[in-house]
Amino acid sequence: MIEQSILKELQSIVGKKQVLTEPEDLVAYSYDGTFAERRPDAIVRPDSTEQVSEVIKVAFRQEIPVIPRGMASGLAAASIPLVGGMVLDTCRLNRILEIDEVNFIATAQAGVITQTLADTVAKKGLFYPPDPSSIKQSTLGGNAACNAGGPRCLKYGVTSDYVMGMTVVLADGRVLKTGGKAIKNVTGYNLTQLFVGSEGTLGVITELILKLVPLPKAARTAKAIFPELTDASLCVNNILSAGITPATIELMDETTIATIEEAMHLGLPLDVEAILIIEADGMDEGSVLKEIEEIAGICRATGASDVEVARTEAERAVLWSARRSISPSLARRAPNKLGEDISVPRSAIPDAVAAIKEISRKHDIPIAIFGHAGDGNLHPNILFDKSDPVQLDKMKKAASDIFDVSVRLGGTLSGEHGVGSLKLAFLEKDIGPISIDVMSGIKATLDPKGILNPGKVVPGGLPAGNELFSW
Amino acid sequence: MEDTPKSAWDGFEGPTQEDVNYCIRCGLCLSVCPTYKDSLRETESPRGRVVLVAKAIEGELDLTKNFKDHMYRCLDCLACNDICPVGITPADLCLEARYAIHQATPIPRLKPILFRGIFPRTGLLEALTKPVALYDRTGLRKVVNAVQATSILPSQLRDMERMLPHKLPLRGTRHQLPDVVVAKGERRAHVAYFLGCVQGVMMAEGCKATVEVLAENGCDVVTPSSVKCCGMPMVGYGFKDEARNVARYNIDLLLELNVDAIVTDCATCGSALKEYPHWLADDPDYAERAKQFAAKVRDISEFLAEIGIRPPEGKVDARVTYHDPCHLCRAQGVREQPREMLRAAGVELVEMEGADTCCGSAGTQLITHYHTSVGVLESKMDNVAGTEAEMIASGCPGCQMQLSLGVKRRGLEAQVVHPSQLLAQAYRNSERD
Repeated sequence: MIEQSILKELQSIVGKKQVLTEPEDLVAYSYDGTFAERRPDAIVRPDSTEQVSEVIKVAFRQEIPVIPRGMASGLAAASIPLVGGMVLDTCRLNRILEIDEVNFIATAQAGVITQTLADTVAKKGLFYPPDPSSIKQSTLGGNAACNAGGPRCLKYGVTSDYVMGMTVVLADGRVLKTGGKAIKNVTGYNLTQLFVGSEGTLGVITELILKLVPLPKAARTAKAIFPELTDASLCVNNILSAGITPATIELMDETTIATIEEAMHLGLPLDVEAILIIEADGMDEGSVLKEIEEIAGICRATGASDVEVARTEAERAVLWSARRSISPSLARRAPNKLGEDISVPRSAIPDAVAAIKEISRKHDIPIAIFGHAGDGNLHPNILFDKSDPVQLDKMKKAASDIFDVSVRLGGTLSGEHGVGSLKLAFLEKDIGPISIDVMSGIKATLDPKGILNPGKVVPGGLPAGNELFSW
Repeated sequence: MEDTPKSAWDGFEGPTQEDVNYCIRCGLCLSVCPTYKDSLRETESPRGRVVLVAKAIEGELDLTKNFKDHMYRCLDCLACNDICPVGITPADLCLEARYAIHQATPIPRLKPILFRGIFPRTGLLEALTKPVALYDRTGLRKVVNAVQATSILPSQLRDMERMLPHKLPLRGTRHQLPDVVVAKGERRAHVAYFLGCVQGVMMAEGCKATVEVLAENGCDVVTPSSVKCCGMPMVGYGFKDEARNVARYNIDLLLELNVDAIVTDCATCGSALKEYPHWLADDPDYAERAKQFAAKVRDISEFLAEIGIRPPEGKVDARVTYHDPCHLCRAQGVREQPREMLRAAGVELVEMEGADTCCGSAGTQLITHYHTSVGVLESKMDNVAGTEAEMIASGCPGCQMQLSLGVKRRGLEAQVVHPSQLLAQAYRNSERD
């Protein structure tokens, strides 16, 4: 509970209407893109860095938990309020402040929707590449706080590769500015990258300085069908070894293919182990066409039974519709799904897929596997019904086994969703006690009272019994 | 045994667990929702409403004033229904929740009178709007405007006043339109024109134009003046049983005429008439008849596209932009046909950005949720203004009134018309030459 007098104080900072405490509002701010939910005590909606700073000063003085939140499309329960407190909604910080066409840099507030920035800079012939699936319903601040990825990361890199600087409100309300427009910058610790991926546990990002690149003028997409999954995996390596870097290489396994086909009737083959969707892009049509034909050739030579290159934009859209229909098709199979995002060296993909299939058999719970094969980032999706204790238990065991597999194969728990509260219990298994010790030290320095997004990323910080659930 | 909490509409018909269960909370619907874009508040988003409904079903939320308000704030623009990758229909859920609220909680007095007494009797609605028409006809409005008396009204009342069409007919359209209009040239079809309430009261010029255009295209047009409201306003306020009653009445009346098609020029009426089979699915006497009925219903633009528009010899020389009514583009999938009408009329058609985004009208939102309605309208008007069009065409009386208000708020010169009016003008222009 937050005392009335404190709510009044918060209202005096952000305006009366921007402090929400009705039960309906508490419900609406209790969830994210996962199945997790827990209600905050209040939602505070500032619209400037100064207001964020003033709000946090109050929270610091009163030791009220602050849970920064963008559009809550996250997949790690990173913006779920675990111990009440206030959700700090950054969506009203939604102004694009500058598009510097000479230096290829955009400066924007944290609440700007990623697609909005991408569209705006595209009109000027510029490109902001990070493309999480939630690009239309996630914010730049949220993307940076969770270091979001996406299919295009293979060629263009993840969000952190584009963050050059930021404005961050620290736990005591001080306003920190990091980085800048200079491409080379080794003056002091790289604080910018410390905050990227910190999931709101070290400070609240309010503004970002983002790198842009020239907008590709052409793109071509191909669909390659592989009877054997190992061939599909080998093919990824063959393409990259040939010196070609496609924008995306997306993989779906047989369970995923069957699920999409059942839901969408796209005419996908049901007797194959894998489909790759590969896209090449570049500055001119001719070279892109040459590249995709080369890729098609490598696919055929590596065991693809059929390769189809989209000739028109409409055909390209059809290919991507298959990829985009994965999550929704899965959603129809079970009320809940746990979408994991382990990341392994790409040579380990066949082993990882085989091991996950074994886990699915062992625990008798459906797991569909798809993901970004080019960079080894896989999305095993465990399908279950959280209202059924037996299924919930199976889901937990399967998830735990999947993490073990990833670590054993030299990979990691999360490629792009983040740790949040969902993966926290497995953190030490992956990064070890020394990393956790260092992280805890950083957390204690920047957030001495532990008010910033407690219970996320760094172990500890939650009174016992407040975990999301016990693994 | 632990007691399972009861649903907030326990014992009444309303949304069920099955309707909300598969929401994956991805939030994609936020990207298209006009009330979310205006408020940036999760509680005013489709995902928010789905979860609110889920929590009411689970018995964690009561039907408080706030809860009801969130259900009623939805503009029913259907954009969320369209985009949901899983097939959840948040807009429909809101309507269902309103029905549940209506049954489970006592309601203010005025609404039942409106929906049971007035809306079903269209003639009465016309009679009631006469004072407004008189205020208009007598020139009183000019006097009021001249002394700027309206400026002392609260902004909402001022906007409601500005929303009224410039010339309201003194005599309702249903008394002006002949019962039967004979086809011009070779006879191609025999159709019934469904005269909608708002259309009939507020948009007489549009109604007359639609009948004229039908006749120009070789249709015998019968206009039964005794049709009742399509039922959508009742559904919008949770009065489902009343809506079913008017549906049965209209089915009896119009099927009897044995026409080739039932044509409407109101997007909302069209979408409602086509939904009759859903509304009456559980009525053994009407389920089949409702299907026969709905199979004949066409929006004017849809009907003309099917039979092929007779090219007018004249044309309308104007720069026109087209606004897609939610209940036409999404509810009925009619997008290209109204544009074909405009092209046939010879206008210069300029597309605005986001032509199919809601204008914020949703029938009565300007009255019930003024700030949301106007906020949504303002972003629409940004896009309209960008086209520098002289005219805004849209086949929905609610949209037309809302856009007229938008035009006035901006001090623009643009005229708001129904596509029928432009096509009719093109036919008239050919006669003149």
